[in-house]
Amino acid sequence: MRHIISILIENEAGALSRVAGLFSARGYNIESLTVAPTEDASLSRMTIVTSGSEEVIEQIIKQLNKLIDVIKVLDLNEGAHIERELMLVKVKAEGEAREEMKRMSDIFRGRIIDVADNTYTIELTGNGSKLDAFLEALDPAQILETVRTGACGIGRGARVLRV
Amino acid sequence: MELTGAEIVVRCLQEEGVEYVFGYPGGAVLYIYDEIFKQNKIKHVLVRHEQAAVHAADGFARASGKVGVALVTSGPGATNAVTGIATAYMDSIPLVVISGQVPTAAIGMDAFQEVDMVGITRPCVKHNFLVKDVRELALTLKKAFHIASTGRPGPVVVDVPKDVTIQKAEFDYPKKISLRSYNPVLRGHPMQIKKAVQLLLSAKRPYVYFGGGVILGNAADRLTRLVKTLGVPCTGTLMGLGGFPATDPQFLGMLGMHGTYEANMAMQHCDVLLAVGARFDDRVIGNPEHFYQEKRQIIHIDVDPSSISKRVRVDVPIVGDVGNVLEEILKLVQTSKERIDPAALKTWWAQIELWRAKNCLKYDRTSKIIKPQFVIEKLWEVTKGDAYITSDVGQHQMWAAQYYKFDKPRRWINSGGLGTMGFGLPAAMGVKLAFPRATVACITGEASIQMNIQELSTCKQYHLPIKIINLNNRYMGMVRQWQEFFHGNRYSESYMDALPDFVKLAEAYGHVGMRIEKPADVEGALREAFKLKDQLVFLDFVTDQTENVYPMVPGGKGLSEMILAEDL
Repeated sequence: MRHIISILIENEAGALSRVAGLFSARGYNIESLTVAPTEDASLSRMTIVTSGSEEVIEQIIKQLNKLIDVIKVLDLNEGAHIERELMLVKVKAEGEAREEMKRMSDIFRGRIIDVADNTYTIELTGNGSKLDAFLEALDPAQILETVRTGACGIGRGARVLRV
Repeated sequence: MELTGAEIVVRCLQEEGVEYVFGYPGGAVLYIYDEIFKQNKIKHVLVRHEQAAVHAADGFARASGKVGVALVTSGPGATNAVTGIATAYMDSIPLVVISGQVPTAAIGMDAFQEVDMVGITRPCVKHNFLVKDVRELALTLKKAFHIASTGRPGPVVVDVPKDVTIQKAEFDYPKKISLRSYNPVLRGHPMQIKKAVQLLLSAKRPYVYFGGGVILGNAADRLTRLVKTLGVPCTGTLMGLGGFPATDPQFLGMLGMHGTYEANMAMQHCDVLLAVGARFDDRVIGNPEHFYQEKRQIIHIDVDPSSISKRVRVDVPIVGDVGNVLEEILKLVQTSKERIDPAALKTWWAQIELWRAKNCLKYDRTSKIIKPQFVIEKLWEVTKGDAYITSDVGQHQMWAAQYYKFDKPRRWINSGGLGTMGFGLPAAMGVKLAFPRATVACITGEASIQMNIQELSTCKQYHLPIKIINLNNRYMGMVRQWQEFFHGNRYSESYMDALPDFVKLAEAYGHVGMRIEKPADVEGALREAFKLKDQLVFLDFVTDQTENVYPMVPGGKGLSEMILAEDL
């Protein structure tokens, strides 16, 4: 099953490679991984999307907790949570297709953030399946380039992950 | 007062009460060596290869329970140390390894003798550090000792660039330290402990299985009291030997791939299993699917949560220091009105005695060629079972574990997890330095000993009168055994040709060498060797070439699917 795991980790050199190395050394899947400092500059927050049986997910969480620099680990799937991902898509926007592309972007609540003679760059946020749906709605020939951040997530309501 | 980085390194080691540093100098650590030269609190032991420095520090740590310290230079010094570090990591041995690094400005420039030591060692250390600022050096070393020695112990690498050893900073060594991201759980959860006791006392066929955690956690006394109080059978892993007296009838011998018949059968047939500081690894339980049984309940005590339910699902997990938890269990058992059903326990013991009657460790005692098992038995007799025994890896290691009955913890020093050939001799050096008056023997084979034989020179320099028991069968015995069993007797590259004359070799290094070729001479030679208290003696026993280690659970099989000597 797909799990989204949040990690608070010391913002030290090499922190990312400790986590990434753990996943590759033990053969765990990484679907996506995002990391950035938090409002407290000594901390980084990492979000990993992974998949595996309950036993594997339990081991992943234990192994992450075992890393000396890791302060807290939370499996967001254990409760209600929100998940978001940012995507930038550069598409062909020429002639009649130009107006159609604008409409598509509006339907998906995207924003056109760069306009050139023949292209648009569209910014879209949402959960992964919404971004997938947008790409599927486009003619593949129109897509010039896509870039996605990978998911980040947060618990709903009073559920917080902090030191 | 401001000190240089090199002075800080040495002062930190002094503050930690370090007696010995095992190492090898080189360009990146010259300033540290200069400070070692200027003081006499810490003794430096110059090995002949960095791998041996780490194994020696490791042997010192295993025997004494203290943190072992090794010091190596950058580049090849650091990479040579990696096998030693991985060895310590797999067996959870507390080490601090200080490696030199090229100056900070040269890092990433492919400088002479540069390697990314932090990157290379990341998967085989408990933690590692690159110190880029001399002001962080003392605190980092404090953290290193703290992390190495607490919780589930392990090696910590501190990589120190050369310029950091020259720069100056105020020296302030904290007495204590706490890390917000690292707080091992030491006390077991009271509810879980209560559940465990209820389960244990309701058992019909109880069994205790203990591992290296009992040795590392200094809990052998409490484990022994609990097993004696309950009157139940117990077994130990390769790493756990000495955790419970091997000469006590409640001990069924080692379990696992080369465990005894009774120990392995009891593992498959018990109804309540208490696992203490052990991790159900592949060499211990074989195939986990075969091991799994719906009706057996498992209690598992371990300081490392990730060891619990990793290979085998357990019913009552208890995270905590094994000594603390065993003590709590013992208290509850002693105050409880319940007792294990005596009739059931009697039936269980009767079954175990039937298994035991198979006498699975019997071997041909009338042989005219020296049987390796016979050498170990005689060694046990001659040393009155009271020696520190180190070993290398292979058949001799398994025979040592089977036939030398360890009654005390920290007496059996071997590379269990990584299985590192070449471990035995340097580890014995560390043990001998930790306990100079103790009897220390290294059980090895002609293949393993050659992987770090250069350390005979170190033994000469520091007057380390270790006894080397070389079981010389002219084969990489364990490889040959697998080839016999599973590869149609095709002994591919497992024959050791062109062996040195070990007697002359020992003499060349300034030691005593003996060659023993007849069973009748074994005991006499051992007695003579151990009488030479001030000499390293290399005993080269010419043993049966085709002897195998039995019982054996083939890889991927279940514990009760053993090959016994009598089956062949």
